[in-house]
Amino acid sequence: MNGKILEIQNLTVSFDGFNALNNLTFSMNTGELRVIIGPNGAGKTTFLDVITGKVKPTKGRVLFKGRNLRKFSEHQIARFGVGRKFQTPRVYLNLTPRENLELSCNRQKNVFATLLKPTPSGERQTVKSLLETIGLTAKADILSGLLSHGEKQWLEIGMLVAQSPDLLLVDEPVAGLTDEETMLTGELLISLAESHSIIVIEHDMEFVRQIARTVTVLHEGSVLCEGNIEQVQSDPRVIQVYLGSTSEEAAH
Amino acid sequence: MKPNKIADDATALPPWEQLWAKIYTFSQQQPRWFEISLVGGAALFLIVIMPLLLSDFRLDLLQRYLALAIVALGIDLIWGYTGMLSLGHGIFFALGGYAIAMHIKLQIPATASNQLPEFMNLYGVTKLPWFWHPFDSFPLTIIAVFLIPAILAAFLGYLVFRNRIRGVYFSILTQAATIVFFNFFNGQQKLFNGTNGLTDFQTILGFPISDNKTQYGFYIITVLLLVGGYALCRWLTTGRFGRLLVAIRDDETRVRFSGYDPTGYKVLVFAISAALAGIGGAMFTLRTGIISPRAMDIAFSIEMVIWVAVGGRATLVGAILGALLVNYGKSLFSEKFPDIWLFFQGAMFLIVVLVLPNGIIGWLRTEGIDLFRKIIRRPRYVATYPQLEEDPEIQRERETLEP
Repeated sequence: MNGKILEIQNLTVSFDGFNALNNLTFSMNTGELRVIIGPNGAGKTTFLDVITGKVKPTKGRVLFKGRNLRKFSEHQIARFGVGRKFQTPRVYLNLTPRENLELSCNRQKNVFATLLKPTPSGERQTVKSLLETIGLTAKADILSGLLSHGEKQWLEIGMLVAQSPDLLLVDEPVAGLTDEETMLTGELLISLAESHSIIVIEHDMEFVRQIARTVTVLHEGSVLCEGNIEQVQSDPRVIQVYLGSTSEEAAH
Repeated sequence: MKPNKIADDATALPPWEQLWAKIYTFSQQQPRWFEISLVGGAALFLIVIMPLLLSDFRLDLLQRYLALAIVALGIDLIWGYTGMLSLGHGIFFALGGYAIAMHIKLQIPATASNQLPEFMNLYGVTKLPWFWHPFDSFPLTIIAVFLIPAILAAFLGYLVFRNRIRGVYFSILTQAATIVFFNFFNGQQKLFNGTNGLTDFQTILGFPISDNKTQYGFYIITVLLLVGGYALCRWLTTGRFGRLLVAIRDDETRVRFSGYDPTGYKVLVFAISAALAGIGGAMFTLRTGIISPRAMDIAFSIEMVIWVAVGGRATLVGAILGALLVNYGKSLFSEKFPDIWLFFQGAMFLIVVLVLPNGIIGWLRTEGIDLFRKIIRRPRYVATYPQLEEDPEIQRERETLEP
């Protein structure tokens, strides 16, 4: 697995004249686990919106496996192999975890295949082993609405994996989790990174330290700097944007 | 629990409880056959027993309500399961009604001096408008009854859903469409006899319509169509397709990001529900003997939604039950209290919204079951604490740990 899975060139996204992303250039290798951090309003979520097709670029382009994503809609991009986990867990509350996973696992997502073809036994098996992985085997057949917050987060990650995407976009996976759950989530992501390319957006620096190999810092819609966690943390520009002007004085 | 203990218990029970236990085991082991026999039993009861119990007048009403129940199934499919509140199903209902009515109007004896429906003579039409020609044929009319509403719904739905118009905006659009169609049918005397609609039916396939036997035939067909509609909706709402409908209802954005295009699903479901409304409209028209633009009254389309809300959204039985109950209530109240029955209908809807937000069946499936247990049988047997008994993790541990 070689080459760039994702390339973003001179990307600008504006909403009514406000540039949420500003001439951003970014690229990522196949198989990489990348963490993106940045202060509030840095454009992290917009960044994911552009990749998944929810927002169209004003200028510049997004290439996924060399293909320009501009003219494709969300479901087509998802079928190309981009999976996205939302900031707040979004699972179907009135379905059971097993049903949630089965829907994501379905390979033929057009109307008549879904209606007429029974679920293949291979997919049932995948769902079963995924339930094992995310620790929901016992709760596989109760409504997802009854799961705890952490279990929902895990279920959504499981749904992503069921889609078997090449690129996973994970938005704040540990928001609202306990320390133990956070650590387990980190381990889960690291094990997923063996077979997927992953972008994680996160605030929790403890967690970032646990999983990060390369960190990209976004600020005001552009890439501020990139490197491993130590480089990034000692970069004076990063300290400045995170801690504001007081630390700028302190740093000087 | 040891198996022989159950056997001991069973022999100790009185015979009716044994029967009850047998039915219960059957319903647990063969849920599909249990349901089929329930539905079949209900259909037989309606076809064979009900005509003996009810007067002709009441049977007439029952058939009307069963026809409306077919419409309710369609509403439940798109609103209860897929979350699209259509307030314009009167259009599809009326289209089905007009289709069958026009077929009847075109059954003119060859000896008659005029070969056009009488209202057309009245307005000076000398040639049958081209689009009415196919309705001379019975098979084409039958197809038109469900296909025209379905095609119209698919066309409107495609435009609306592709542009991601949802929620309240969708409801408003369906209302607007209802007004457009109402005015169109109301204004075209030469084509549809305007406000008066199509009435004064004589024969269908040679059978006199007002004859009791013909009407009983319509009644049987209505029951069978309702069973068929129920089976269709049941098939659509179980399995992956049905779960996807619920997923679209609960979080359409997530569905998109999982790689599904909701548009196709919504168009299909909207078309099927329109087809059901058309079929219901045709059967209703055969019984009432008239179809007029009043079927496209906005209030009527809203009433359809009320039936489903009262019976219970996303429960097909609820939709049928709601249609029957609300309409029976309506006729009872309007007979007993002709002046104020509309207030009762309003009150019923308010009660449902405030006290039973999941409708009657929704309530029965949750609180109702516990209440039923308390009244009829012993409360659910709990060995430790309810929380422990109902926690699946603990149940699983128990199963794996205890031999």
